[in-house]
Amino acid sequence: MFFTQTNWRPIAEGIFIPLGSLVLALVLFGVFVTILGNNPLMVYEAMHQTAFGNWRTFQGTLLRAAPLMLTALCTALPARMGLMIIGNEGALVIGGLGAVITGLLLSYGNLTPSLTATPAELSPLLIQLSMALAGILFGGAWIGIVGALKHYRGVNETISSLLMNYIAIALLNHLVEGPLKDPRSLNKPSSFAIPEPFMVGNIGDTRIHYGLIYGIIACLVAYILIQRTTFGFAARVAGGNMKAALVSGLPVGKLTLVICFLAGSCAGLAGMVEVAAVQSQANSSLIAGYGYSGILVAFVARYNPIAAAMVAILLGGIINSGGTLQRNFNMPDATVLLFQGLVFLVVIYSESLYGRLSWFRQSQSQ
Amino acid sequence: MASEALGSVGVFVAILGGTLRGSVPFLFVSLGECLTEKSGKINLGLEGTLLTGAMSAYAVSFLLQGKLGSGLAPWIGVMASGLAGLCLGFIHAWLSQQRRVNDIAVGIAMIIFGSGVAFFLGKSFIQPKAPQLPTLDLGFWSTVPAVQSALKISPLFLFGMALAPVMHWFFRSTRWGLIVRAVGDSPDAALAMGISIPKVRMISIMVGSLFAGIGGSGLSLYYPGIWSENISSGQGLMAVALVIFARWNPIQCLWASLFFGGAQALGPALQAVGIDQGRYLFNAIPYLLTLVIMVLTCSPRKTLTGAPGALGEKS
Repeated sequence: MFFTQTNWRPIAEGIFIPLGSLVLALVLFGVFVTILGNNPLMVYEAMHQTAFGNWRTFQGTLLRAAPLMLTALCTALPARMGLMIIGNEGALVIGGLGAVITGLLLSYGNLTPSLTATPAELSPLLIQLSMALAGILFGGAWIGIVGALKHYRGVNETISSLLMNYIAIALLNHLVEGPLKDPRSLNKPSSFAIPEPFMVGNIGDTRIHYGLIYGIIACLVAYILIQRTTFGFAARVAGGNMKAALVSGLPVGKLTLVICFLAGSCAGLAGMVEVAAVQSQANSSLIAGYGYSGILVAFVARYNPIAAAMVAILLGGIINSGGTLQRNFNMPDATVLLFQGLVFLVVIYSESLYGRLSWFRQSQSQ
Repeated sequence: MASEALGSVGVFVAILGGTLRGSVPFLFVSLGECLTEKSGKINLGLEGTLLTGAMSAYAVSFLLQGKLGSGLAPWIGVMASGLAGLCLGFIHAWLSQQRRVNDIAVGIAMIIFGSGVAFFLGKSFIQPKAPQLPTLDLGFWSTVPAVQSALKISPLFLFGMALAPVMHWFFRSTRWGLIVRAVGDSPDAALAMGISIPKVRMISIMVGSLFAGIGGSGLSLYYPGIWSENISSGQGLMAVALVIFARWNPIQCLWASLFFGGAQALGPALQAVGIDQGRYLFNAIPYLLTLVIMVLTCSPRKTLTGAPGALGEKS
């Protein structure tokens, strides 16, 4: 037979299980919406309109997807090697700090310029690249520590990266309240701002900044690295069977360190994008939950970088619709958080269904 | 400020008071996590449980104060927080024992879900004031107000303090304790004994989560005694670290909780006497210390001493 059933059944499974999970999560979400006395169908419609309804609001979705693509890679890349890293938020914060420090040093020569200081006359591109590089190096080094602790001391990477999130946040708070503080920021202690001309600009006449391009490129590069290079193959072998990898002489230690550095550098770049394209300064707005949502994106995408880019847009849409739900339905701002939690739980459950639903089994004759 | 007048003694009293108040959530989440991990599963999601517990305790105490009076209502609130913990524990236990499901992943999902539920349903309780749990004034002998307020101890703290040795005795000397340890240390042996591993883990995770829920009621009905979205400063997330710190020993969980509570109280106490430098760095001490201890005690070749044998392994 030319077109056998064996081909489409696993593909159908791969499409129907994620879709079914999303529908189930929506239904469960509807239950919570009803508890607060809203019509779930109207809420779904409003969410869809805000997230993907028209080009103007879709730009907001893409804006939120950009950092998610990058933070997702921080979990997705090491996961291919069997490492469960959840330090995305910390690496984002450290990357953002690195970018702001570099940006200020290059444009003013010091971290706390006088209020009348004028920025140096340098090429904006040079400064942007330096800030991006700083974000990459700082974030990479941060998660690189996690990898080193894992390799040299056997410290569990999940717990250490979780602890490092809190250390990073404490460091941010300390720096923006002390050594980096702009005296003009009273209510929300912040660092000095990166001068306007050196900020990362928008694409054409949209509201979308170039951070989205960074995200898409990073996902593509990560995909090629993991699927199409010997390095990626070695990492996947180690993830599949660590003992086999060791026996066959793969440099597991080097792989661990490099993949952790790359993971952290992606999240660090997300921090740079948030600082240099959105906030212009480092402050507590950096801790917006993009790190934890990035873990969700990596999971739903089953650690595939290309899928992560698409899931990031979907989740960006959900986050984007939060404002509308608050304004139009008087729902709490945590609505989006609850929805994310439900999606996460259902997707995790759906993972156990692969190969178990008789409808998708190849042996069954149709 | 009274503590300023007292000088260094004042700082000491402030730290002592802060420790006794701040260690309540740490105590409950660490004991809950200890029980969970003894059965061989990790529950990273106790932060969500803590928040949901805090919210349900506060909401129930507020809603029932008219019917039951402000004496009884907070206690019903504590029970509600335990019940909320049981429910979230059930979700975690059920999901984390499915095929091909990683309990760390479930934990992260439960953090997001639990805090989502707490903030979503708790929005309308942010403003009103709910009746609080009574406190025991162990500082009655002193005439210094700072000492008196420092020694206002919650009955929850005493309950937690009693729970630690009881759990220690449970693991060491009871049949059920042995069963939980067997399931966590060597599931194969437990299976050979005819024990149902999923059932033991289900119960351990649910009861552990119940403790964490009660710890949440300590946040909203004792200290800081309000319900808001930033009521927990990551105490639930620290559970896993605390248990590593305490080497899976309930008595040491008590000391570890007091220590972490003390580290948390250090910043505000020093701030009260005018030392404001590095306030945020003090907050990072517990995390840094846990990391240092893990670095010192781990080695690439063996797992941590005291860790249950099958901890975190795929079932």
